[in-house]
Amino acid sequence: MVLQKEPGGDGPFNDEEDLLAGLKRGERGAVSRFVADNIGRMRAVAARLVKDEDLAEDCVQEAFIKALKNIDRFEGRAKLRTWLHRITVNEALMVLRSRKRLAEDLIDPLLPDFDENACRLEAPWPKRLSAEDILSQAEQRALVLSKIDELPESYRIVLVLRDIEELDTAEVAEALGITEGNVKVRLHRARSALKKLLEPLLRGEAP
Amino acid sequence: MTPSYGSRALRFMKGLMLRNLPLMITCREFEDFLLDYLEGNLPRGQRRIFDLHLAICRECRDYLAAYKETMALGKRAFDDPAAVLPQTVPEDLITAVMEARHPDSEK
Repeated sequence: MVLQKEPGGDGPFNDEEDLLAGLKRGERGAVSRFVADNIGRMRAVAARLVKDEDLAEDCVQEAFIKALKNIDRFEGRAKLRTWLHRITVNEALMVLRSRKRLAEDLIDPLLPDFDENACRLEAPWPKRLSAEDILSQAEQRALVLSKIDELPESYRIVLVLRDIEELDTAEVAEALGITEGNVKVRLHRARSALKKLLEPLLRGEAP
Repeated sequence: MTPSYGSRALRFMKGLMLRNLPLMITCREFEDFLLDYLEGNLPRGQRRIFDLHLAICRECRDYLAAYKETMALGKRAFDDPAAVLPQTVPEDLITAVMEARHPDSEK
Protein backbone atom coordinates (compact mmCIF):
# COMPACT_ATOMS: atom_id res chain seq x y z
CA MET A 1 0.00 0.00 0.00
CA VAL A 2 1.35 3.43 -0.94
CA LEU A 3 0.97 5.95 1.81
CA GLN A 4 0.05 9.37 0.60
CA LYS A 5 2.33 12.12 1.81
CA GLU A 6 0.51 15.04 3.30
CA PRO A 7 1.47 18.65 2.77
CA GLY A 8 4.01 19.39 5.45
CA GLY A 9 4.26 15.70 6.21
CA ASP A 10 8.05 15.70 6.13
CA GLY A 11 10.83 18.05 7.03
CA PRO A 12 11.08 20.28 10.02
CA PHE A 13 8.26 19.07 12.26
CA ASN A 14 9.36 15.54 13.05
CA ASP A 15 10.16 16.36 16.62
CA GLU A 16 7.42 17.36 19.06
CA GLU A 17 9.21 20.51 20.22
CA ASP A 18 9.66 21.75 16.64
CA LEU A 19 6.06 20.99 15.88
CA LEU A 20 4.83 22.80 18.97
CA ALA A 21 6.93 25.85 18.13
CA GLY A 22 5.57 25.80 14.56
CA LEU A 23 2.01 25.54 15.85
CA LYS A 24 2.57 28.45 18.22
CA ARG A 25 3.86 30.52 15.31
CA GLY A 26 0.78 29.49 13.35
CA GLU A 27 2.71 27.94 10.44
CA ARG A 28 0.53 26.17 7.93
CA GLY A 29 3.06 23.37 7.51
CA ALA A 30 3.00 22.66 11.24
CA VAL A 31 -0.79 22.72 11.38
CA SER A 32 -0.96 20.42 8.40
CA ARG A 33 1.45 17.96 9.98
CA PHE A 34 -0.38 18.13 13.30
CA VAL A 35 -3.71 17.38 11.64
CA ALA A 36 -2.32 14.60 9.43
CA ASP A 37 -0.66 12.83 12.35
CA ASN A 38 -3.70 12.89 14.61
CA ILE A 39 -6.85 12.99 12.53
CA GLY A 40 -7.19 9.21 12.15
CA ARG A 41 -7.09 8.52 15.87
CA MET A 42 -9.38 11.43 16.62
CA ARG A 43 -11.94 10.31 14.05
CA ALA A 44 -11.94 6.87 15.68
CA VAL A 45 -12.34 8.31 19.20
CA ALA A 46 -15.17 10.65 18.21
CA ALA A 47 -16.95 8.01 16.11
CA ARG A 48 -17.06 5.43 18.88
CA LEU A 49 -18.55 7.96 21.26
CA VAL A 50 -21.09 9.73 19.05
CA LYS A 51 -21.73 6.82 16.63
CA ASP A 52 -22.29 9.10 13.65
CA GLU A 53 -19.65 9.88 11.05
CA ASP A 54 -20.77 13.44 10.26
CA LEU A 55 -21.09 14.37 13.91
CA ALA A 56 -17.71 12.76 14.57
CA GLU A 57 -16.14 14.85 11.80
CA ASP A 58 -17.60 18.01 13.38
CA CYS A 59 -16.15 16.97 16.75
CA VAL A 60 -12.72 16.47 15.19
CA GLN A 61 -12.80 19.87 13.48
CA GLU A 62 -13.91 21.60 16.70
CA ALA A 63 -11.23 19.76 18.66
CA PHE A 64 -8.47 20.92 16.30
CA ILE A 65 -9.78 24.49 16.43
CA LYS A 66 -9.89 24.44 20.25
CA ALA A 67 -6.44 22.91 20.41
CA LEU A 68 -4.93 25.59 18.18
CA LYS A 69 -6.73 28.39 20.00
CA ASN A 70 -5.28 27.16 23.26
CA ILE A 71 -1.89 26.01 22.04
CA ASP A 72 -0.12 28.77 23.98
CA ARG A 73 -1.47 27.27 27.18
CA PHE A 74 -0.11 23.83 26.34
CA GLU A 75 2.94 23.49 28.54
CA GLY A 76 4.27 20.20 27.31
CA ARG A 77 3.74 18.32 30.56
CA ALA A 78 1.68 15.76 28.69
CA LYS A 79 2.17 14.62 25.11
CA LEU A 80 0.40 16.68 22.47
CA ARG A 81 -1.42 13.55 21.37
CA THR A 82 -2.74 12.87 24.89
CA TRP A 83 -3.88 16.46 25.25
CA LEU A 84 -5.65 16.35 21.90
CA HIS A 85 -7.29 13.06 22.81
CA ARG A 86 -8.80 14.67 25.90
CA ILE A 87 -10.09 17.64 23.90
CA THR A 88 -11.69 15.26 21.37
CA VAL A 89 -13.38 13.24 24.12
CA ASN A 90 -14.78 16.46 25.60
CA GLU A 91 -16.10 17.60 22.22
CA ALA A 92 -17.81 14.25 21.70
CA LEU A 93 -19.34 14.40 25.16
CA MET A 94 -20.75 17.85 24.42
CA VAL A 95 -22.50 16.41 21.38
CA LEU A 96 -23.84 13.54 23.47
CA ARG A 97 -25.11 15.84 26.21
CA SER A 98 -27.19 17.70 23.67
CA ARG A 99 -29.04 14.50 22.78
CA LYS A 100 -32.10 13.43 24.68
CA ARG A 101 -31.65 10.94 27.45
CA LEU A 102 -32.36 7.34 26.60
CA ALA A 103 -34.20 4.90 28.82
CA GLU A 104 -31.82 3.39 31.35
CA ASP A 105 -33.79 0.41 32.60
CA LEU A 106 -33.07 -1.57 29.44
CA ILE A 107 -29.96 -2.93 31.08
CA ASP A 108 -31.79 -5.05 33.68
CA PRO A 109 -32.41 -8.14 31.52
CA LEU A 110 -28.70 -8.18 30.65
CA LEU A 111 -27.44 -8.25 34.24
CA PRO A 112 -26.23 -11.48 35.92
CA ASP A 113 -28.80 -13.93 37.28
CA PHE A 114 -29.03 -15.21 40.87
CA ASP A 115 -31.41 -17.68 42.49
CA GLU A 116 -33.33 -17.24 45.76
CA ASN A 117 -30.29 -18.48 47.71
CA ALA A 118 -28.16 -15.58 46.35
CA CYS A 119 -26.26 -18.20 44.30
CA ARG A 120 -25.09 -17.20 40.84
CA LEU A 121 -26.79 -18.92 37.89
CA GLU A 122 -24.00 -19.50 35.40
CA ALA A 123 -24.18 -22.43 33.00
CA PRO A 124 -20.92 -24.44 32.77
CA TRP A 125 -18.39 -23.40 30.15
CA PRO A 126 -17.06 -26.54 28.44
CA LYS A 127 -14.87 -24.20 26.37
CA ARG A 128 -14.19 -20.52 26.31
CA LEU A 129 -12.64 -18.77 23.31
CA SER A 130 -10.16 -15.96 23.84
CA ALA A 131 -10.54 -12.46 22.42
CA GLU A 132 -7.69 -13.32 20.07
CA ASP A 133 -9.44 -16.49 18.77
CA ILE A 134 -12.62 -14.58 18.15
CA LEU A 135 -11.05 -11.59 16.41
CA SER A 136 -8.93 -13.79 14.16
CA GLN A 137 -12.06 -13.97 12.00
CA ALA A 138 -12.40 -10.58 10.37
CA GLU A 139 -16.19 -10.42 10.39
CA GLN A 140 -16.35 -10.98 14.15
CA ARG A 141 -14.93 -7.52 14.92
CA ALA A 142 -17.99 -5.81 13.45
CA LEU A 143 -20.21 -8.19 15.40
CA VAL A 144 -18.48 -7.36 18.69
CA LEU A 145 -18.79 -3.63 17.94
CA SER A 146 -22.48 -4.04 17.13
CA LYS A 147 -23.00 -5.79 20.50
CA ILE A 148 -21.33 -2.87 22.28
CA ASP A 149 -23.75 -0.58 20.43
CA GLU A 150 -26.66 -2.55 21.88
CA LEU A 151 -25.80 -1.38 25.40
CA PRO A 152 -28.04 1.39 26.70
CA GLU A 153 -26.31 4.70 25.92
CA SER A 154 -25.53 5.82 29.48
CA TYR A 155 -23.73 2.52 30.12
CA ARG A 156 -22.04 2.32 26.74
CA ILE A 157 -20.49 5.75 27.17
CA VAL A 158 -19.00 4.85 30.56
CA LEU A 159 -17.62 1.59 29.15
CA VAL A 160 -16.02 3.36 26.19
CA LEU A 161 -14.55 6.16 28.31
CA ARG A 162 -13.14 3.84 30.97
CA ASP A 163 -12.14 0.70 29.07
CA ILE A 164 -11.33 2.06 25.62
CA GLU A 165 -10.31 5.70 26.10
CA GLU A 166 -8.74 4.78 29.45
CA LEU A 167 -9.97 7.75 31.44
CA ASP A 168 -9.96 7.08 35.20
CA THR A 169 -13.09 6.97 37.37
CA ALA A 170 -12.71 10.58 38.57
CA GLU A 171 -12.25 11.88 35.04
CA VAL A 172 -15.31 10.04 33.75
CA ALA A 173 -17.36 11.29 36.71
CA GLU A 174 -16.34 14.86 35.95
CA ALA A 175 -16.89 14.53 32.20
CA LEU A 176 -20.40 13.13 32.66
CA GLY A 177 -21.39 15.14 35.73
CA ILE A 178 -22.15 12.04 37.83
CA THR A 179 -20.62 10.66 41.05
CA GLU A 180 -17.64 8.32 41.05
CA GLY A 181 -19.84 5.68 42.71
CA ASN A 182 -22.26 5.97 39.83
CA VAL A 183 -19.42 5.59 37.29
CA LYS A 184 -18.36 2.35 39.00
CA VAL A 185 -21.89 0.96 39.08
CA ARG A 186 -22.45 1.78 35.40
CA LEU A 187 -19.08 0.41 34.35
CA HIS A 188 -19.64 -2.90 36.12
CA ARG A 189 -23.18 -3.22 34.75
CA ALA A 190 -22.00 -2.34 31.26
CA ARG A 191 -19.31 -5.02 31.35
CA SER A 192 -21.72 -7.59 32.81
CA ALA A 193 -24.31 -6.80 30.17
CA LEU A 194 -21.71 -6.98 27.42
CA LYS A 195 -20.58 -10.33 28.76
CA LYS A 196 -24.12 -11.61 28.34
CA LEU A 197 -24.38 -10.15 24.83
CA LEU A 198 -21.03 -11.64 23.77
CA GLU A 199 -21.59 -15.00 25.45
CA PRO A 200 -22.51 -16.94 22.29
CA LEU A 201 -19.27 -15.71 20.70
CA LEU A 202 -17.17 -16.52 23.76
CA ARG A 203 -18.71 -19.97 24.01
CA GLY A 204 -17.94 -20.60 20.35
CA GLU A 205 -21.63 -20.95 19.47
CA ALA A 206 -23.22 -19.34 16.44
CA PRO A 207 -23.93 -15.65 17.11
CA MET B 1 -32.46 -23.67 25.00
CA THR B 2 -32.76 -23.44 28.79
CA PRO B 3 -29.31 -23.23 30.32
CA SER B 4 -28.42 -25.91 32.82
CA TYR B 5 -27.68 -24.47 36.21
CA GLY B 6 -27.36 -27.76 38.11
CA SER B 7 -29.37 -29.14 40.99
CA ARG B 8 -31.59 -26.84 43.06
CA ALA B 9 -30.89 -28.86 46.19
CA LEU B 10 -27.17 -28.40 45.81
CA ARG B 11 -27.61 -24.68 45.28
CA PHE B 12 -29.79 -24.53 48.39
CA MET B 13 -27.02 -26.19 50.43
CA LYS B 14 -24.40 -23.95 48.89
CA GLY B 15 -26.44 -20.82 49.67
CA LEU B 16 -26.88 -21.98 53.27
CA MET B 17 -23.15 -22.52 53.63
CA LEU B 18 -22.17 -19.22 52.00
CA ARG B 19 -24.61 -17.26 54.14
CA ASN B 20 -23.74 -18.85 57.46
CA LEU B 21 -20.15 -20.01 57.65
CA PRO B 22 -17.43 -17.59 58.76
CA LEU B 23 -15.27 -16.02 56.00
CA MET B 24 -17.94 -16.81 53.40
CA ILE B 25 -19.82 -14.42 51.15
CA THR B 26 -22.70 -15.10 48.80
CA CYS B 27 -22.38 -14.79 45.02
CA ARG B 28 -24.51 -11.64 45.20
CA GLU B 29 -22.07 -10.07 47.65
CA PHE B 30 -19.22 -11.17 45.41
CA GLU B 31 -20.95 -9.40 42.52
CA ASP B 32 -21.39 -6.17 44.48
CA PHE B 33 -17.68 -5.84 45.19
CA LEU B 34 -16.33 -7.34 41.99
CA LEU B 35 -15.16 -4.06 40.48
CA ASP B 36 -13.29 -3.08 43.66
CA TYR B 37 -11.77 -6.55 43.69
CA LEU B 38 -10.56 -6.21 40.09
CA GLU B 39 -9.22 -2.72 40.65
CA GLY B 40 -7.30 -3.77 43.74
CA ASN B 41 -9.35 -1.53 46.05
CA LEU B 42 -10.23 -4.16 48.64
CA PRO B 43 -8.36 -4.35 51.94
CA ARG B 44 -6.28 -7.51 52.28
CA GLY B 45 -8.72 -9.29 54.61
CA GLN B 46 -11.64 -8.79 52.25
CA ARG B 47 -9.51 -9.80 49.31
CA ARG B 48 -8.81 -13.13 51.01
CA ILE B 49 -12.53 -13.67 51.51
CA PHE B 50 -13.06 -12.99 47.80
CA ASP B 51 -10.29 -15.40 46.83
CA LEU B 52 -11.81 -18.05 49.08
CA HIS B 53 -15.19 -17.58 47.41
CA LEU B 54 -13.58 -17.93 44.00
CA ALA B 55 -11.83 -21.11 45.10
CA ILE B 56 -15.09 -22.80 46.09
CA CYS B 57 -17.57 -21.33 43.60
CA ARG B 58 -17.38 -22.69 40.06
CA GLU B 59 -20.08 -20.27 38.86
CA CYS B 60 -18.28 -17.11 40.01
CA ARG B 61 -14.98 -18.44 38.66
CA ASP B 62 -16.49 -19.02 35.22
CA TYR B 63 -18.33 -15.73 35.37
CA LEU B 64 -15.18 -13.78 36.26
CA ALA B 65 -13.14 -15.46 33.52
CA ALA B 66 -15.79 -14.62 30.92
CA TYR B 67 -16.11 -11.08 32.31
CA LYS B 68 -12.37 -10.52 31.91
CA GLU B 69 -12.38 -11.98 28.41
CA THR B 70 -15.30 -9.68 27.55
CA MET B 71 -13.21 -6.68 28.62
CA ALA B 72 -10.32 -7.85 26.46
CA LEU B 73 -12.62 -8.51 23.52
CA GLY B 74 -14.24 -5.06 23.73
CA LYS B 75 -10.89 -3.36 23.93
CA ARG B 76 -9.36 -5.27 21.05
CA ALA B 77 -12.37 -4.88 18.81
CA PHE B 78 -11.82 -1.12 18.90
CA ASP B 79 -8.14 -1.40 18.02
CA ASP B 80 -8.29 -0.16 14.48
CA PRO B 81 -4.89 -0.32 12.81
CA ALA B 82 -6.19 1.90 10.00
CA ALA B 83 -6.65 4.82 12.41
CA VAL B 84 -2.92 5.35 12.87
CA LEU B 85 -2.07 5.42 9.17
CA PRO B 86 -1.64 8.85 7.62
CA GLN B 87 -4.99 9.98 6.32
CA THR B 88 -6.12 12.42 3.71
CA VAL B 89 -6.28 15.81 5.32
CA PRO B 90 -9.05 18.04 4.04
CA GLU B 91 -7.55 21.41 3.08
CA ASP B 92 -10.64 23.25 4.30
CA LEU B 93 -10.06 21.76 7.74
CA ILE B 94 -6.52 23.14 7.77
CA THR B 95 -7.85 26.52 6.69
CA ALA B 96 -10.52 26.50 9.42
CA VAL B 97 -7.91 25.60 12.02
CA MET B 98 -5.54 28.30 10.73
CA GLU B 99 -8.32 30.86 10.99
CA ALA B 100 -8.91 29.85 14.58
CA ARG B 101 -5.27 30.52 15.32
CA HIS B 102 -5.18 33.87 13.54
CA PRO B 103 -8.76 35.03 13.23
CA ASP B 104 -7.82 38.26 11.42
CA SER B 105 -5.06 37.21 9.06
CA GLU B 106 -7.05 35.13 6.57
CA LYS B 107 -10.15 37.23 6.31
